[in-house]
Amino acid sequence: MTAALKEQNGAPRVVLSARGLRRDFGGFTAVNNVNLDVHDARVHALIGPNGAGKTTVFNLLTKFLQPTGGTITLLGEDITRMAPDKVARMGLVRSFQISAVFPHMSVLDNVRVALQRPNGLATQFWKPMSALDGLTAKADHLIRSVGLDKERNAVAADLSYGRKRVLEIATTLALEPKVLLLDEPMAGMGHEDVGMVAEIIREVALKRAVLMVEHNLSVVSTLCHHVTVLQRGEILAEGDYAEVSADPRVRTAYMGTEEV
Amino acid sequence: MTLTLDIDKPSEKKPAIVQTIFLAAGLALLVLAPLFFYPVFLMKLLCFALFACAFNLLLGYTGLLSFGHAAFFGGAAYFTAHAVKEWGLPPELGILVGVMGAAFLGAIIGFLAIRRQGIYFAMITLALAQMFYFFCLQAEFTKGEDGIQSVPRGHLFGFIDLSQSTNMYYFVLGVFIIGVAIIWRIIHSPFGMILKSIRENETRAVSLGYSVRNYKLAAFVMSAALTGLAGGVKALVFQFATLTDVSWQMSGEVILMTLLGGIGTLIGPLFGAGLVVTLQNYLATSEFPVTIITGLVFMVCVLLFRRGIVGEFYNSRLGRKLGFEHRH
Repeated sequence: MTAALKEQNGAPRVVLSARGLRRDFGGFTAVNNVNLDVHDARVHALIGPNGAGKTTVFNLLTKFLQPTGGTITLLGEDITRMAPDKVARMGLVRSFQISAVFPHMSVLDNVRVALQRPNGLATQFWKPMSALDGLTAKADHLIRSVGLDKERNAVAADLSYGRKRVLEIATTLALEPKVLLLDEPMAGMGHEDVGMVAEIIREVALKRAVLMVEHNLSVVSTLCHHVTVLQRGEILAEGDYAEVSADPRVRTAYMGTEEV
Repeated sequence: MTLTLDIDKPSEKKPAIVQTIFLAAGLALLVLAPLFFYPVFLMKLLCFALFACAFNLLLGYTGLLSFGHAAFFGGAAYFTAHAVKEWGLPPELGILVGVMGAAFLGAIIGFLAIRRQGIYFAMITLALAQMFYFFCLQAEFTKGEDGIQSVPRGHLFGFIDLSQSTNMYYFVLGVFIIGVAIIWRIIHSPFGMILKSIRENETRAVSLGYSVRNYKLAAFVMSAALTGLAGGVKALVFQFATLTDVSWQMSGEVILMTLLGGIGTLIGPLFGAGLVVTLQNYLATSEFPVTIITGLVFMVCVLLFRRGIVGEFYNSRLGRKLGFEHRH
């Protein structure tokens, strides 16, 4: 792996790649022959109309679904048959389309739960809760970095939809992932949150790879280095935003009515 | 059914004092109880209370509904009874044999059951517990329909005579307190936090890199072992171990106790067990079938106090004032 990295010298390396990815549900092929290369320090957008298979691709890459065919490589290792929690421990961490928080825990506890495993504090059933106090400073730092300081002690279920998404991003970042998969991180967010989350993602992507599903094309155009367009489970086009948006097939399939 | 009730947790310092007072009063009550009540009845109550608390570790704090906990309760009763009667072990070691046996059974049943969720999980635990029931019915050492009778209580640490019912009561009380303290520690530990997160959102826990199955299995084995502690002690209290304790009705009874008292509260199952055992005791002599009464009580509780007795108290205005924070 390291040899391959050096060959690319300077150019961002591929950290996550899929080859010939396929998934059938009964007779229906949801994802077909998808090839994807996600680069370090880049934001990669996966776009496409509803039902194009974007979330299925996410589920396949994170191993929440088993692919029917194809291979997936993470950091040079074949993860095609790996369990989802193991993949997460290797540094491929995802967020969900429907916000995934622990609803009856405080914001602080949500972040601390995410910090527990990487800090080796998850299995001690004989230690008191105060054993987790050491994680509080780190958790507070993350909470501050996403602007949730005011809601620190609030119960997650009481947060607004947008704030929950922000919290989810904070818990995802707590794992210091090498590859971040964000499923519609801005969906349902207020305007001010969108700008802030975009800024967080931009900063995060300085040191990590980000693959995101996003419908907000103005975000995609300003934030993403690379765009892959998916339609009916297959790749329709890819390239940077300018290339993709100029592609007539993409315009008819997806952006026909959009101002580009 | 939402398994989302919160732990017994003081929100501020002042309520912590209130809770300490409650705890002290409760302990004093338990210490003085044999002056007012029949010790065997109290011991039975404590055994079932510990059983229900151990069961709640799984249902209330991990979100897993087991319908096979009788296997661990009754199994441990057999193991302890056999170890004490046939091998001549002292009571403390006999109980240890029961705990280890229950943990071993828990590891097998848990390993198979955690592969499924929800009702399938419950059905697998039930099926495996029934298999164990029929094993107990056929096996040599359980003495079939008769059960293991006249089990000696022996001498604790070689010098405390447990055939004295007062001694036995304080021994059972000690075991009970240790058992509940262990459960409290597990719930309020880094590990307990992960269990809670699995209960809240299993998929998210997986995506944070937690191997959810291992955590569930660990919780299952812990619950089984603590159930075994209750079962082993019960065998010594009553000096016998029979098929009743491994039957599916026993698995149902512990669910009833936990729901009545309040899922996901540490002391709820204690109250639930108290209620069921008391009803059984007082109605045992009446013509009217006890099961009908407990069934009716259960229906009333489900309709009127969905959170269980203790859960409703925590959630009431008084409970909140006293700082028994109850999120749901």
